Amino acid sequence: MKIVNVTHGSFYAIGAYAAASLTAAWLAQGYPPFGSYAVLVLAAIVVGAPFAIAIERVILRTMYARDEVVILLVTYALFLILEDVIKLIWGVNPYFIAEPYALLGSFEVAGMAYPTYNLVLVAAALVFGGGLAWVLHSTRAGKLLLAVIHDPEVSRAMGVNVGRYYLATFTLGSLLAALAGAFTAPTVSVVPGLGVDVIVLSFAVVVIGGLGSLPGAALGALIVGVVRSLSVHYMPQVELFVIYFVMAVVLAVRPRGLFSLAEPRRI
Amino acid sequence: MRRDRTLVILAVSFVALAAGGPWLPQWAMFIVTIAIAQGLVALGLMLLLRAGLVSFGQALFYCLGAYAAGALGRFVGISDIFVEMLVGGALAAFTAFILGFLLARYRGIFFGLLSLALSMILYGLLVKNEALGSTDGFNILASTLVGVRPRPDWVRYAVLVSAAAVALIAALLVHRYLNTPLGRLAPAIKDNEIRVEYMGASARRAVHVKYVIAAALAGVGGALAATAVGHIDPEMAYWTTSGEFIFITILAGTGSVVAPFVGALIYGAIHTTAYDLSPNTWQMSLGAALLALIVFLPEGLWSLFTRHVRHS
Amino acid sequence: MSVILDARGLCKSFGAVTAAAEVNAAIEKDSVVGLIGTNGAGKTTFINMITGYLKPDRGTIQYEGRDITPLPPREITRLGICRSFQIPQLYPSLSVRENMMVGIGIVLRNAGRGGFFSRGHALVPGHEAPAEDVAERILARFGLADYAGRNAQVLPGGVRKLLDIALTMVARPRVLLLDEPTSGVSSQEKFGIMQMVLDAVRAEGATVLFVEHDMEVVSRFAARVLAFYDGRIIADAAPSVALADPEVRRHVVGRLKAAHA
Repeated sequence: MKIVNVTHGSFYAIGAYAAASLTAAWLAQGYPPFGSYAVLVLAAIVVGAPFAIAIERVILRTMYARDEVVILLVTYALFLILEDVIKLIWGVNPYFIAEPYALLGSFEVAGMAYPTYNLVLVAAALVFGGGLAWVLHSTRAGKLLLAVIHDPEVSRAMGVNVGRYYLATFTLGSLLAALAGAFTAPTVSVVPGLGVDVIVLSFAVVVIGGLGSLPGAALGALIVGVVRSLSVHYMPQVELFVIYFVMAVVLAVRPRGLFSLAEPRRI
Repeated sequence: MRRDRTLVILAVSFVALAAGGPWLPQWAMFIVTIAIAQGLVALGLMLLLRAGLVSFGQALFYCLGAYAAGALGRFVGISDIFVEMLVGGALAAFTAFILGFLLARYRGIFFGLLSLALSMILYGLLVKNEALGSTDGFNILASTLVGVRPRPDWVRYAVLVSAAAVALIAALLVHRYLNTPLGRLAPAIKDNEIRVEYMGASARRAVHVKYVIAAALAGVGGALAATAVGHIDPEMAYWTTSGEFIFITILAGTGSVVAPFVGALIYGAIHTTAYDLSPNTWQMSLGAALLALIVFLPEGLWSLFTRHVRHS
Repeated sequence: MSVILDARGLCKSFGAVTAAAEVNAAIEKDSVVGLIGTNGAGKTTFINMITGYLKPDRGTIQYEGRDITPLPPREITRLGICRSFQIPQLYPSLSVRENMMVGIGIVLRNAGRGGFFSRGHALVPGHEAPAEDVAERILARFGLADYAGRNAQVLPGGVRKLLDIALTMVARPRVLLLDEPTSGVSSQEKFGIMQMVLDAVRAEGATVLFVEHDMEVVSRFAARVLAFYDGRIIADAAPSVALADPEVRRHVVGRLKAAHA
């Protein structure tokens, strides 16, 4: 959509908190623990969607005509607001829901115990990533979405309801962030500030992969994940910033990211 | 005449601060000093913003300046505030000169994120660095002024006046720069770089120069803030610090070299008020204020001032 | 007559598209040359290569005996080759006068004048007058004086074209490449515009190449025509000869059909 969306981090946090609190409630009620996976997903969607729709309709919609920097600042302002809204709703105490994670146990790989839950995460990423790619490239709605993003004016001139597509895009993107947060929740303690580190990392991923490219984002995420793990293992002192270093290197070699879209002729 | 007005405003403000300073309570002197430090950073950001570039990583140079000032005290025993600011600014400028070769090639979101990445690299380096105190940082020596150690209750005032003097000089220099052909190239670069190239100028070189100037300003600001606070830590390089500077720059608008300082003062006021009113939701108040600004005053606060004074 | 600009063996492809295939053109000093051809024939690519925006895959471009092929646009402008654009390249947020002043400022700076340490009003090299005067002069020459305070974004199409061309005059060019100077202008006004532009330009003693789709304008103002087709130059002669050439007729001009009864 050509906007840099800092609020994305807030949705990650909202998803995590929603998942954590609702799963905790679910388990407290004595419902079957295996149902908690469904709760994770539903919590993210059910709580995330109203936020996304409200934000897009009320605030973002009036900003699309403005400079891209202005939109970024708007999302930054929203991020600040949401940080405190989250605190107001869920409080400042950490949430722990280890059950979905612990339930699946672990299995042996090369002499090390590997948590099965992580496979679930990988599977989820593949499903959602693949699903998104399929929707965008194989369904009519998806293709229209790509057209709208590319040139909203022409799309509007052709009768496409651009406003509705923008709403759909923003909501979809935010829900994905919420789902990511929800799936991550069982592996960490959910505390305020969860969104802060994530958002900068995800920008790095997207930039490495190339703006507007789905396979790029996937590759970028893979690179980021692998590099981080490697550095934690071999060079812990660079762990915090190695990913930014990678980003700088990638941009130096490929100024628009690894998979960049072709540029139209200017003159 | 717009030029004269800027000079007058700057001169009057300096005199007012210097003369009225001793009567201000200590906490007010502190706030104004910090505002000046932040204003310096915002002044640099304004330079870049005029060319259409938003740096999300000015905290890098702010932090470099601060740590330079601290290191001077801790390892060399120098506590002179002017030396600290000079060294801080110089270190930042030098770093920007090197980094600029890479950064000046980018625009838009890539420029922003790359600058962000660089500041986060510094953050990571500092956090892991034991010699510099890692996440705790370290304290800075009490300031001296050109060899003179002020009495304890006069230190804040001394720092304030030094800050005001440096800010005055910086603002004047930037104001002059903005009236040179290179300075006036900024909106052209923002609008149409191809045209700029075809008229015989290197947009990249111009951006490089502006980046270095902005870095120097941020470095001086960082050194100043460090001496005012008395303590430095890696948080000064974190992206949220850069976010504050951007907030101030947008708040102020790009209309004049005086604007960033006014913006910083108002930001300080909003921040403090928001925190006092409701410590748990000060971020929300800040966010709401920023949103309101963007919606109602897109040109920044300074536009309120220039609205009546439109010249044809 | 001496050759001021010499393109030899220029080749340029974009993937499967050949924009230039062995293009040779020797332009004589003080001449007025028309470049004709259908869209996509390679005229703008030719201009882009000469001005350094594109690098040819093969071939060289010589300017006054010096190889300028690898130079970037800003260097080539500084050497005295300026161009206008098919789609006017202006600074939309600035006024017409400010557009001119930015350009003049660049010229000043390139000559080392008007910088941070200078005092007073610097004189613009080539015009020997202060920047404001040079701006007024050029704007008046192109009939843009009334638009001076207007924002470039709101200008009508023909005026934008004129401003785009006026901007090229700031650097006192020796060679001027005009990409479709009269496009977007009504056919009645084309002659007037072209005359105004050429008068202003030739007063400085410049060599002019212009891309044009209107053959009447070409016949009237060009002493020589280069006809492009499919990346090649298929005719290089005086207008009367070139426009009668069967190849040119087929690929560029079109054949006259008998009138309907």
